Amino acid sequence: MYGQSKPWRAPLILLMTLSLTMAALAACGSSSTAGTANTTPIKIGVSLSLTGDFSADGIAFQQGYQLWADAVNASGGILGRKVTLDIVNDASSNTQVVTNYQKLITVDHCDLLFGPFSTKLSIPAASVAHRYGYALVEGAGGGPTVFQQGLNNVFDVSLPVANNLVSYTQWILSLPPSERPATASYATQDDPFTQPQIDLARSLLEAGGIKTASYQVYPAETTDFTPIAQKLLAANGDIVILGTLLQDFTAFATAFKQQHYNPKSIVATAGPDQGTAFLSAIGGTADAEGIMVPNGWYPQQTTPGNQAMVSAYLAKYGGDINSISSDVPEAYSVGQVVQQVVTQVGSFDQAKIIAALHSGSFTSVQGPVKFDSTGQNNSIAAFLFQWQGGNLVPVYPASSDPTFKTPEYPRPNWP
Amino acid sequence: MNLIIDAVITGVLTGGVYALMASGLTLIFGVMDIINIAQGALVILGAYFSYALEQHLHLDLFLGLLISMPTMFLLGVLIHSLFIRPLKQDRTMLSILVTFAIALIIEGVLTILFTTNTVQLQAPYVTQSIKIGDFYLSYIYLYGFVLSVVLLAALYFLLYRTRFGQSLRASMQNRTAAELIGIDVNRISAITYGIGVALTAAGGMAYGATTAFFPGSSYDLISRLLAIIIFGGMGSLSGALIAAVGMLVIEDVTAVVWSPVWASTVFFILLVAILILRPQGLLGKLEGRKQ
Repeated sequence: MYGQSKPWRAPLILLMTLSLTMAALAACGSSSTAGTANTTPIKIGVSLSLTGDFSADGIAFQQGYQLWADAVNASGGILGRKVTLDIVNDASSNTQVVTNYQKLITVDHCDLLFGPFSTKLSIPAASVAHRYGYALVEGAGGGPTVFQQGLNNVFDVSLPVANNLVSYTQWILSLPPSERPATASYATQDDPFTQPQIDLARSLLEAGGIKTASYQVYPAETTDFTPIAQKLLAANGDIVILGTLLQDFTAFATAFKQQHYNPKSIVATAGPDQGTAFLSAIGGTADAEGIMVPNGWYPQQTTPGNQAMVSAYLAKYGGDINSISSDVPEAYSVGQVVQQVVTQVGSFDQAKIIAALHSGSFTSVQGPVKFDSTGQNNSIAAFLFQWQGGNLVPVYPASSDPTFKTPEYPRPNWP
Repeated sequence: MNLIIDAVITGVLTGGVYALMASGLTLIFGVMDIINIAQGALVILGAYFSYALEQHLHLDLFLGLLISMPTMFLLGVLIHSLFIRPLKQDRTMLSILVTFAIALIIEGVLTILFTTNTVQLQAPYVTQSIKIGDFYLSYIYLYGFVLSVVLLAALYFLLYRTRFGQSLRASMQNRTAAELIGIDVNRISAITYGIGVALTAAGGMAYGATTAFFPGSSYDLISRLLAIIIFGGMGSLSGALIAAVGMLVIEDVTAVVWSPVWASTVFFILLVAILILRPQGLLGKLEGRKQ
């Protein structure tokens, strides 16, 4: 009865169905056409420590990421699309960084993720990225704990942190026996970035016959470094090896000056690599003379894109080459590797990107990048740097590169 | 043994500086019943004030206090007028949120003005020291301690030997009763907040000369300052002094005898034990106000 009362209904439904099918097919066709000509910017999500304990490094990382984004956009983008950075501040908090990456993935729908600053924040960030199947390429989360989580999605383009001081120990052990120090004192934050470096250096030096005069571990939130410095002074080691960032390195240097303590060599995991910020904090070039720091990069390096990055930095942020924090090339390298892998894969399919990162070889301003099964880059080794005459220069391993200088040993007394 | 003696001496001297930083916090709580979470950020602001005067006017750090302390006093009065005074109800709880917001604003402004690079105040006496027996005693710790003693003595004189101090203590004891007898409690509160902030200028200078700092350094600092005033008794000036010295001596001795990792833990275990026996702290609020 119903059909008989509305005889036009069946043809109408058929017509509508056909129309919808045609429209859907047309939409699919136009969609695939638009896919090839998609000019929507690629959104890259990053959580950075723009305030809090890691803010100096976080801001330097922001500069590195931005320089890379500027460079890649100037050359036409990736797969014909420009890139935009979606940067959120984690205030150096390892709980906020979790919230940030969840937001970047689920709310902002970022196409790609770059890593945060520090091993401490990379550990939770990698877990969040893994949960959503994203690759997390980072440049400053090289502590062993990041890669002991059994995750297959985290990749560090810089050299593994624990190996940072290996070049220093090799240099010390290469000294003639008459000059070689007999004892070494160690102090480090209980931080996953610094402590593994100090522990490895200690084991290598002890194996080489250099006795441990003192070994101190202190909480990262320490504000009064005097008693720790006092223990180092009392132990009177020939050399001092510090697991520090700039703030605690400055505190130790001040205490050493006050107490007229002049070790033959002082090396720190970080702090002296902060360029003019380090000189300002420590009190000038005379105070900095002879202080050492390991690093995987120097401004004069002839690695792919390095000179362009240095020039772009000086043009955008000013200063001189000493003012470029080593965080900048670490961040820049992240962008370079991601750019290469996405170009290679031809899409933003995270599973394909992760697979390609595991199998491929890449280049960066810091040197070659080839990830092992855990995601660490074992292709590059640390150089040893020393402040000489107001410049941070590479001193070891020996090289024909005129930038390299002979190490000053013993270092001069405090002025 | 030498290490322990050295640790005790250093703990006492450093404790004086921490007492100076905490004195403003306890004073503000005593008068206004507000917990000034911005105290750490204000200390760092004071350190940067000294840094700016040293860098741009080449002023000696201690002479610079003649400019920074009055300026910070005025800033404190302004902060009170804009943010604290409008709090009419639930002041203690709301003040935590408001002063935390002030701390974030200060950190943001400092980051814009000075970047996030770590700096340290420089002067010849920062790295110089005098040899006493087997020890090198740093001038900056000595000078910082003397500055703390002088300023805390001046504050004590202001509180207990002046008409203003009488009004202030009356406000601490009973805000409503003080208003009933004609004391302008809002004015007293504004001046007290100003004094508390002015003291952070001095505390910040001493802190910045002994420790490298950056805009975010306040986070580690505020937890220690709060521990000091809880240990000493909220609102008690002399309690803050005893607690600051006690905390630093305990931590420094633990660090040299045992390990720096346990330094804070040992102090906090003692703090909990003392609070179980005396919930009001060493010189708790009531006793503190009777002084």
